[in-house]
Amino acid sequence: MDKLTLDKARKGSYVTIISLPAGVVKVQLIRLGVTEGTKVYCMERLPGGTVVLQRNRQEIAIGYDLAKKIEITLS
Amino acid sequence: MKSDTIINKQHKNGHPHPEVDELLSSNTKENKVVLAGNPNVGKSLFFNHLSGMYVDVSNFPGTTISITKGSFKDYDIYDTPGVYGISSFNDEETVARDVILSGDIILNVVNALHLERDLFLTLQLIEMGKKVTVLMNFSDEVKKRNIRIDVKRLSELLGVEVIETSAVNKLGFDKLEWAIENAHEGNHSEELHHLLHKTLDRVGSQAEALIILEGDEIVAKKHGVPCGNADQREQIYISRRNRVNEIVSDVEFEDTKKGEFFNTLGRLSLHPLTGLPILAFVLLLVYFFIGDLVSQRIVKYTENTLGKGEFEYHVKSFVGKYTPVDITVHILDDNDNVTDTKSYSFTGGMNADPKKAQEFKRISAPHGTTTEFTFKNPFVRLFFGEFGIITMTITYLLFLLLPLVMGFYFVMAILEDSGYLPRLATMLDRSLNKLGLNGRAVIPLLLGFGCVTMATITTRLLGTEREKTIVTAILQFVIPCSAQLAVITVLMSSAGLIPTVIYIVTIVVVLLGLSTSLNRFLPGESSPLLIDLPAMRMPKLENIIKKMFYRSYGFMKEASFWFFVGALAVGLMELTGLLNVWQNLLAPVTTEWLKLPKEAANAFVMGMVRRDFGAAGLFHLSLSPMQITVALTTITLFVPCIASFVIMLKERGWKQGLIIWSGTWVFAFAIGGIIAQIFA
Repeated sequence: MDKLTLDKARKGSYVTIISLPAGVVKVQLIRLGVTEGTKVYCMERLPGGTVVLQRNRQEIAIGYDLAKKIEITLS
Repeated sequence: MKSDTIINKQHKNGHPHPEVDELLSSNTKENKVVLAGNPNVGKSLFFNHLSGMYVDVSNFPGTTISITKGSFKDYDIYDTPGVYGISSFNDEETVARDVILSGDIILNVVNALHLERDLFLTLQLIEMGKKVTVLMNFSDEVKKRNIRIDVKRLSELLGVEVIETSAVNKLGFDKLEWAIENAHEGNHSEELHHLLHKTLDRVGSQAEALIILEGDEIVAKKHGVPCGNADQREQIYISRRNRVNEIVSDVEFEDTKKGEFFNTLGRLSLHPLTGLPILAFVLLLVYFFIGDLVSQRIVKYTENTLGKGEFEYHVKSFVGKYTPVDITVHILDDNDNVTDTKSYSFTGGMNADPKKAQEFKRISAPHGTTTEFTFKNPFVRLFFGEFGIITMTITYLLFLLLPLVMGFYFVMAILEDSGYLPRLATMLDRSLNKLGLNGRAVIPLLLGFGCVTMATITTRLLGTEREKTIVTAILQFVIPCSAQLAVITVLMSSAGLIPTVIYIVTIVVVLLGLSTSLNRFLPGESSPLLIDLPAMRMPKLENIIKKMFYRSYGFMKEASFWFFVGALAVGLMELTGLLNVWQNLLAPVTTEWLKLPKEAANAFVMGMVRRDFGAAGLFHLSLSPMQITVALTTITLFVPCIASFVIMLKERGWKQGLIIWSGTWVFAFAIGGIIAQIFA
């Protein structure tokens, strides 16, 4: 499987989170339901790279600079 | 019913909160009930019901910045800011942590539609050893969307009571007393018990031990024990997250996925291709509502008819009975053109010349007249004159500003409660990145068009000091507040299309230049966007109206004092002749460099006090369209009003506040002058 960063995820695809950047942001992501190993749906990828993830009915918007630091695989 | 509201004043992240401590230590019985939950789950509605008082209810993550205390039967009820977990990543969490740690009973409100997100906090509360009851809110929405939740099983897995509620429809409110009485400790995992063991022996409180293990330095320092490192916190978090996922997959069943209108709208408003037209449509509606209905029609009536025509007319006529006054009455036709002017002079006050006074009353009483009073005594002028502390300020506050502020808060409330605002933040994220900001900054920036003072306070919700500085600078330099905007709109529409375009382009160029250079030269990095998008929903009118009144009241309470101070300052400057000195001092700049009449300097003095007094001061001067453009550009960029200046000093500190303030002087005159030199 190819490793990518989240900003490259295609709209409408399911991706699995491989690694999150360390620090406060990681903890915030875990709280919102995004952990390493979680499978999420990329419901929107805006021009410029802001990504909107969906996990069940929960929607989370992630800025480009953060998305660049999140490693994923396509699944 | 008794209640106290404590505004969470600015403080260094993590410092103890004396106000909070005081509020929490008011009793020793086991009766502190704390409402806790993620942002936007309806805590405040439960609080309102229990305590009978209103608190700010909001659909935007991060807008509740106060703790409110009320009482219900023998219990003290505390509302907390919405948080996703207990720790001290930001001010809101610190406040929530302190209140929750001290609580005896926790009513944990969760959103049934977002159990995966919300149960994370629930498990943390249970692991803290608190007595908890879970209020599962939005349970009627769940049924509508064909989702089934096995409440009994959920209750077994958590080890605490779970009650289904729907706060907006007041379902389950009758069980709240039972919920409080039956709160008890829930199930703890074995694994956690081992981890906690050592710290618990030294700290004595399971709640604090857990928080320490999760790396809360402040609580650790209090007990003099080492706090957990990042790995320990992560280990706890991941195991908690896994348990949440297991629980949810055990209790939640979804029948079908339905694409609803609001879901679709939410999705469309994210992408620029569809989101920009939606934004344009929203702004158009906002323009019709605020720009046309409120600031033109309503304010025209309240300010001219009620404020000047009734309030000021009667106050000044009354004062004129006892003190020398010259009065001019303009008689207007249907189009507000002056058809006749009559002047009266009462050298000994109106009471000394009853016959003339009666004649004046007869002429001035009907509608379709405007009356100007010139009091001879300078002290009377100070209080009741054109810029009188009593006459002008009250007209201004009650009959101009209040309707505008209410109109603006009404719109903001709709945008917040519908869930549109976080989506707008997402759509604009990438553009704001170029200014060194993330999408969240759209909230203070939008609020700035309502009131720069309020917006400056709202910069607290931004992630880093760097972002707070950039947004504060933008607000103070370029964003015109609603009161100023109203005056600008009127003046600009009289100037025509090309001046308006020049004005807008200038302001936008300054905005971009200012923020990109701040972004380049300020050290550090801005935080990336990470935001939870609540479900789009139809806002409830009742909540919108309540929120509008509550916020307008809060704003008037906070700001009114500074308006009187400002009026007093201008009044004294006029009285002592300082206003003249100022005009003469600025005259070369005003007349040569900006190519404006000498009196325009007046407007700049007023601009220091209230931005829009400044703009309004231009009404009386007969300016050419280009002069209007220059004057408005200068006034817009010029120093903020005294209220927002004081708030800025509080929020950003003396040094930065003064740099921004003096920077606006330089920029305003430099850029205004350049426009004047090019186009005049």
